[in-house]
Amino acid sequence: MATSHPRVAQGVPWRSIGKILIVIFCVLFLTLPLIEMVKAMIADPQLLVRQLLIGLTNGAYIALIALGYTLVYGIVELINFAHGDLYMLGAFFSLTLVGVFSLTPETPWLIRGPLLVVVLLATMAFTATLNMLVDRWAYRRLRGIGSRMAALISAIGISFVFQNLGLLWGYLRFPFMNGVMGSNAVAPKSFPALFPNVNLLAGTGVRFGAKDLIVVGVSVVLLAALYVFVTRTRLGKAMRATAQDRDAAALMGIDVNRTISLAFILGGALAGASGMLVGLYNGTAVFDMGFTAGLRSFTAAVLGGIGNIVGAMLGGLLIGIISALSDQYISTKWTNAVVFGILVIILVYRPTGLLGDDTAQKA
Amino acid sequence: MTNILETRGLTKRFGGLTAVDSVDFSVATGSITSLIGPNGAGKTTFFNTVTGLYTPTSGTIAFAGRSLVGLKPHEVTAAGIGRTFQNIRLFGNMTAVENVMVGMHSRMHANVLGILAHSARVQHEEATARAKAHALLDAVGLPAQRADDLSKNLPYGDQRRLEIARALATDPELLLLDEPTAGMNPQETAELTQLIRRIRDERAITILLIEHDMKLVMEISESITVLDRGAKIAAGLPHEIRSNEQVIEAYLGRGAASMAHAHARNGGEPT
Repeated sequence: MATSHPRVAQGVPWRSIGKILIVIFCVLFLTLPLIEMVKAMIADPQLLVRQLLIGLTNGAYIALIALGYTLVYGIVELINFAHGDLYMLGAFFSLTLVGVFSLTPETPWLIRGPLLVVVLLATMAFTATLNMLVDRWAYRRLRGIGSRMAALISAIGISFVFQNLGLLWGYLRFPFMNGVMGSNAVAPKSFPALFPNVNLLAGTGVRFGAKDLIVVGVSVVLLAALYVFVTRTRLGKAMRATAQDRDAAALMGIDVNRTISLAFILGGALAGASGMLVGLYNGTAVFDMGFTAGLRSFTAAVLGGIGNIVGAMLGGLLIGIISALSDQYISTKWTNAVVFGILVIILVYRPTGLLGDDTAQKA
Repeated sequence: MTNILETRGLTKRFGGLTAVDSVDFSVATGSITSLIGPNGAGKTTFFNTVTGLYTPTSGTIAFAGRSLVGLKPHEVTAAGIGRTFQNIRLFGNMTAVENVMVGMHSRMHANVLGILAHSARVQHEEATARAKAHALLDAVGLPAQRADDLSKNLPYGDQRRLEIARALATDPELLLLDEPTAGMNPQETAELTQLIRRIRDERAITILLIEHDMKLVMEISESITVLDRGAKIAAGLPHEIRSNEQVIEAYLGRGAASMAHAHARNGGEPT
């Protein structure tokens, strides 16, 4: 060491100085705000609980979208850039159905409840079918012919196609839609407030609305169903086998193309459910809403370990909670920086994500 | 005796390289047949072509009277050919029992709707498959307490056994084993030889074997075919292959062949 780095030997410890500077930097710019944050959290625990609950709700829908990225990546190693936009189309489709069924906040629950379930299932079927067809028409032809980039670029192209579909959708003025698309095609569309907004924790100083419970409840049911499907059933095992070794899976009698279609179908269905839930929760949908949501969900999938379904759920929850805390205690403007900063730090120490293993565990 | 597998003029070219060169090859129903040859002779390519991973450049493959050319790998498996791999290709992140259950995929029928409805038939099928998988693990001699271990955590010898169990789960009439004893010690090899015989005798499954262990090949095979640089150079009974000059030459080189031949005439055996 001393001979090859004489400068170090001469006693000017540049590296140590660098480290000390980093420590000072961290103390100045991270520790102090962190202490302030913790102080604020302790001072008002109700606020903290409220933000955690908001994080839970956001995390639930992010996890639903993240699973679509992780299922498809796990099996064909394609980052499906169009996935966020599929979620947007899910929101548009459900809004259209809301118009078709003339659902309003005045519709009695006896009718509204079952119809909302119909809207949810129809939206899931719509996005699932669309996702499967895109795979068949576009990505499947590009599989196994050299570069994976071809499929990746196609996915980016499909993302633009979807966004423009969303724009066109805004122009639809069919009488049976009962004017849900509003007067301006490009502007955000409004959903009627169909989810009840009563505070379930009234009197505690914490807010957790009935609509939060619906979003979290539906998400949890769907996530649990997917988990059971993938781990316990014949088709789920076929998916995991195909993800791990496509040729060996084929030679065990698995129709690989059908199994890949299944991954697109499941991912698409979850994106549709998420689109409807978020549309009704926020009361709005816009043609470019898929970009940010897609980016965050993809981040969640990478954070949890892409290809790992439990990882995607965990990643979604973490991203939701970190965003909610950052919104409150730092600034909404800094939230993206905080989320992606944490992603970078985690990937530096665990390049395969929180639950990914070295051999890139899949599905 | 009828032939369960028959190829005529089977050829597979990769660009300028002819990996399998118009091979006429047959496996008698119910036999244990070996495919041998020096490294790079095209044995694994032959397996991959028969099982549909590669499309043959020319030639025919008939299995139980039916052409396999143009079938996808999963269709070949469904037709009744199971196989293992030279370099173990288990699903590492699945348990031993799950690996075997994947092998049963094409013999099961649960579809998405049935699974979502959680129908009694689907549940029954799943439970039956699990029980059958445990029975197969037992049959190949995998210890019961290892059944729920991830396959990547199994000892090497058990991984080889598990691959055979998984291939048996596809319910084959013909089992292709690609170097099943590679990397095994003499004791493990002896156990595996027993296992292969038992599979043929008890389950009436025809066995086609790629193997480098000549002792095993000579002991177990009823018929041997030799490939060299993609072409078939000999086929026959073990003792015929043992003294075939072309075969010895392919393995040991020209000079060695005449030496070995002289040695054989003096009562010894070429190795």
